[in-house]
Amino acid sequence: MSTSHPTKTAPHPYPGKLIIVEGIDGSGKSTQLQLLHKWLESKGHKVFFTEWNSSTLVKETTKRGKKSKSLTPTTFSLLHATDFASRLYHHILPPLKAGMIVLADRYMYTAFARDVVRGVSPQWVRKLYAFAIKPDMAFYFKVPIEVAISRLLRGTRGQFKYYEAGMDMNLSPDPTQSFRIFQSRILAEYDKIVDEFGLLTMDATQDIATQQELMRTLVSETLRDYKPKRGTYGRRTLFWRRFDVHRPE
Amino acid sequence: MADARFFGDGLTYIDPSELKGKLIAIEGTDGVGRSTHIELLQEWLEIQGYGVMTTGWTRSNLMSKSIEMAKAGNIVDRWSLSLLYATDFADRLEHQIIPALRSGFVVLADRYIYTAFARDFVRSADRTWIRDVFGFAPIPDLVCYLRIDVETLALRVIETTGMNYWESGMDLRLGADLYDSFKKYQSLLIEEFDKMATEFHFNIVDARKSPEDIQDELKGYILPVLQDRKSAIGTGSGGS
Repeated sequence: MSTSHPTKTAPHPYPGKLIIVEGIDGSGKSTQLQLLHKWLESKGHKVFFTEWNSSTLVKETTKRGKKSKSLTPTTFSLLHATDFASRLYHHILPPLKAGMIVLADRYMYTAFARDVVRGVSPQWVRKLYAFAIKPDMAFYFKVPIEVAISRLLRGTRGQFKYYEAGMDMNLSPDPTQSFRIFQSRILAEYDKIVDEFGLLTMDATQDIATQQELMRTLVSETLRDYKPKRGTYGRRTLFWRRFDVHRPE
Repeated sequence: MADARFFGDGLTYIDPSELKGKLIAIEGTDGVGRSTHIELLQEWLEIQGYGVMTTGWTRSNLMSKSIEMAKAGNIVDRWSLSLLYATDFADRLEHQIIPALRSGFVVLADRYIYTAFARDFVRSADRTWIRDVFGFAPIPDLVCYLRIDVETLALRVIETTGMNYWESGMDLRLGADLYDSFKKYQSLLIEEFDKMATEFHFNIVDARKSPEDIQDELKGYILPVLQDRKSAIGTGSGGS
């Protein structure tokens, strides 16, 4: 429990598989994970999906803190860690123990990149997540900042959100410029994390189908030793659908 | 990287030399009279002309509601529970404690990080993680530990507020009923507080004494810390 970097080395002991995606906003990681989800289900796998900052325990608090703009780099980081701990305990570990495939949109590496850019100590935030388990696969969708910006601006969102653009850091009064500076710094942190934790880098400038094909090939390799748990039906049972979290995008 | 004035990995964006005030923590288990004594100390210090700010565990604007909600649900895991406390503490630290210390206030903290250490340890038997989490906490100038034995404590709590679910550590299933669980849980906490008293040099005050005696003892510990501050101002140890 108190080993120096359990999240870097030791694989988890559970029969399920944990696959996570990382990348800045506009990298297309959520789209890729969604397509992987469809594919795995079509293969008859039992899949559970969870996403960053979605637990009921802290969602309200984060919202309140963001609204009143009273969040500091440290409370911001701690709230996300609390959310993660709660989801690990309630959403990630049970399906892994039950032998399911868990897909996570963002994992602790998001905190290592984002919170450090906001100003917390890199060592501290890594220790904070020492209780996390190592994913079986971690994809990093690498994208140049201008590609991400053009995707987000011509997408449905149209405008950047306050914290997404790092407006709390007073980088620029213009949201797009603030986003550019903030997310560029996050990209630089991700580059360090890729080496440190051995994330699989994906070229997120390629077209969607090409990326997905590569992702499916890589996932197939990892699943070779995986003994899938199948219920009475190929699709998920009603029991697990109750824990489902719907994607906002 | 780590600053001597922080417990572990500090707040990189805060300069500890700006903190001119004094941070005094009053620790102890439930029902030892911490809040009563803090009230009396505040009165005493203000009469002498010190600016005083008090801060209490789980009383932050950001978190107090969330913690109550989480506890009401009773399905909080060890990590979330400790992280909720840490978030509450960080919010109070950055919005109350640090601004007050910058302005030269005496900050009286009703419970400090040691409460979180003790509570997490009895749930996990691991001291490393929780201490890493609270690495951003400044080390107090003084810690007074109101110590009580579990027999006296049980009687006192029954007489006053009554035993509740969390004070009895019911989430740990330590005993058959509230009373047994309370005694086991509080004994474990006291044991861990006693160990920390040695490790972190707490000033131990016997909480079974009369309130007057306890006040005198507390004042006896606090005075030298404040005089230390006065002399520091006198020699003009400025420098930002």
